[in-house]
Amino acid sequence: MHIVVCIKQVPDSAQIRVHPVTNTIMRQGVPTIINPYDLFALEEALRLRDADGGEVTVLTMGPPMAEDALRKALTYGADRAVLLTDRYFAGSDTLATSFALSQAIAKIGETFGPPDIVFTGKQTIDGDTAQVGPGIAKRLELMQLTYIAKIASIDLDAHEITVERRSESGTQMLKSKLPCLITVLEGINEIRRGSLQDALRAARSEIVTWSAADAGIDDLTKCGLRGSPTVVKRVFAPTGRAEKSVQIDTADKALRDLADELIAAIFTRQPALEHELACDGA
Amino acid sequence: MLNANREPPPPAAGRAGMKKDLPEHFKDYHHVWVFIELERGQVHPVSFELLGEGRKLADKLGVQLAGVVLGPPGEASWHAVAEAFAYDADLVYIVEAPLLGDYRNEPFTKAMTDLVNTYKPEILLLGATMRGRDLAGSVATTLLTGLTADCTELDVDPDGSLAATRPTFGGSLLCTIYTLNCRPQMATVRPRVMALPQRVEKPVGRIVELKLSMVEDEIVTKVLGFLPDAQSAKANLAYADVVIAGGLGLGGAENLQLVTKLARALGAEYGCSRPLVQKGWMPAERQIGQTGKTIRPKLYIAAGISGAIQHRVGVEGADLIVAINTNPNAPIFDFAHVGIATDAIRFLPALTEAFTRRLSPHSRDKLAS
Ligand SMILES: Cc1cc2nc3c(=O)[nH]c(=O)nc-3n(C[C@H](O)[C@H](O)[C@H](O)COP(=O)(O)OP(=O)(O)OC[C@H]3O[C@@H](n4cnc5c(N)ncnc54)[C@H](O)[C@@H]3O)c2cc1C
Ligand SMILES: Nc1ncnc2c1ncn2[C@@H]1O[C@H](COP(=O)(O)O)[C@@H](O)[C@H]1O
Repeated sequence: MHIVVCIKQVPDSAQIRVHPVTNTIMRQGVPTIINPYDLFALEEALRLRDADGGEVTVLTMGPPMAEDALRKALTYGADRAVLLTDRYFAGSDTLATSFALSQAIAKIGETFGPPDIVFTGKQTIDGDTAQVGPGIAKRLELMQLTYIAKIASIDLDAHEITVERRSESGTQMLKSKLPCLITVLEGINEIRRGSLQDALRAARSEIVTWSAADAGIDDLTKCGLRGSPTVVKRVFAPTGRAEKSVQIDTADKALRDLADELIAAIFTRQPALEHELACDGA
Repeated sequence: MLNANREPPPPAAGRAGMKKDLPEHFKDYHHVWVFIELERGQVHPVSFELLGEGRKLADKLGVQLAGVVLGPPGEASWHAVAEAFAYDADLVYIVEAPLLGDYRNEPFTKAMTDLVNTYKPEILLLGATMRGRDLAGSVATTLLTGLTADCTELDVDPDGSLAATRPTFGGSLLCTIYTLNCRPQMATVRPRVMALPQRVEKPVGRIVELKLSMVEDEIVTKVLGFLPDAQSAKANLAYADVVIAGGLGLGGAENLQLVTKLARALGAEYGCSRPLVQKGWMPAERQIGQTGKTIRPKLYIAAGISGAIQHRVGVEGADLIVAINTNPNAPIFDFAHVGIATDAIRFLPALTEAFTRRLSPHSRDKLAS
């Protein structure tokens, strides 16, 4: 079995600031991580490989420094890493990203054997559209299985897969065909610690690095800014509420009195609530 | 209306400066559509929330608001049609077919793209539910158009283009995104981000039906079964009027009962911040925030929650936010309406007791007199 996992290197979101004048994101000095949701996808791929044999290829599209994310993925136990990097990809939105990645996956198929499953994370924490996965599926005509809570079985001979998919009000059991594209829910598995052996291997491994041309992409109008129908016009920090909260003074008060005071404060602001709660609460 | 007499776009000074030069064949794309999401006979309320937003956009653009119902033949689908009109749709497109019973990507994508290609909307809105996102991604890629996910604000510019604002970088920033020269402009919005509009009394309007040009044999993925969530396990958090939530400040899983007891006394739902899910103290469906549920209760009480931006974005729509936190400088006090800087572990039992006392039948009599 050959499994491709798409991972993205993202800035650690807690540490982002906007430049007050230019309104651009200041990425300098912000540490990068593998998109947290992609780790569940990677783990699921490794788990399937460990059970049934085969190979896991990790793929990312990004700047040359995205190699760090790929090396990290190798330390978890991925077999091969492909970096798709080219200045033509700069400014890609999800449509352009899914185009480039699907071309690269096709090339991976030609070079290292066609994938049975392509995994993506549920969403990224920087672009977070949750659309690159479905985009790849559509372009490569793979069956699209999103929000998967469990991979129940895979029958490689019959090219069949059964999965549990979450919906708003329950769980669907689905049977579909390989090759397919799967996005997994967070928490579907527990992410392993890489072995020392894999860490050593990762440090020595060669990362397969492809330009647009190497990946066989000749229609550059579908890449980067030119291939992106959406454009970010403005980035800004959310505005806070003008006034701070009213604080209940806690000095020298019994808990019981404090509680009564808080409840009075609540019902003063939401008078209708008292009646509603008295009717259906308690 | 669009761009007729505009200057040509300035040369590539980055696309942000570019005008939306709409190709000729997209110029007859008009009206605002909302996907009416039907699961197991129920319309998801996010569809009504979107009709409310869609109404505002349509009025600004001077166009019509349409609901899109994709469902199995029969009562449920027609109920959804009636509901769309009750939330002020001007017309409803319906594709009714047995293949549109249980959700599957293939027939739903086919039905929606056929509708779009036939009737050409300029804006298409879907709920950012699992189904809405699954469908939106395939539809956008099939139509090769732009899609902005998880929007928190929608507006139209003077030139008629959709300005879709969404949080980015884990909620710490917002960005406004445009779809330049493709149609429709697609966006998804999470449940409860937009307020539920008033129902309107108006007669059922125009209904446009389209046949689904697909048969079961063409669909690879088969549904083997469906396991509905047990009623008890299903957290109805997003739509609760009162929500009590606990955070890491509660110290340990054994103190969660302080939160659930208060919730029970008030007939409220309970939830938590993300670390509690990560620690396995509460199931994921009870997480509130950017990567959990968005809530809009009349009353939200947060105990031992610091108020990180990712939590904040999920609760800002609450009418009244009450925070209990030992640290008087905790960020939650920046957006709570009422705060109390005290130990939640000691205070919550007293609060539960005081609420019970105040809401008991005895005091209810007092209230009535
Ligand atoms: C991509 C991303 C997505 C995220 N999504 C979410 C999300 O959806 N929802 C979410 O909640 N978080 C989310 N987070 C995490 C978020 O950044 C915070 O880490 C988290 O909300 C903190 O949880 P907390 O307030 O319970 O814990 P802490 O930040 O540790 O705060 C605990 C608080 O309890 C107070 N306290 C301590 N003891 C007591 C006591 N005895 N009584 C009262 N108060 C006490 C402390 O003063 C402190 O303010 C996300 C993070 C990232 C990076
Ligand atoms: N540049 C990229 N390189 C590789 N994979 C990506 C890239 N962007 C997105 N993905 C994959 O697509 C998923 C969804 O991304 P998004 O649509 O941005 O939320 C991510 O979890 C990744 O698995």
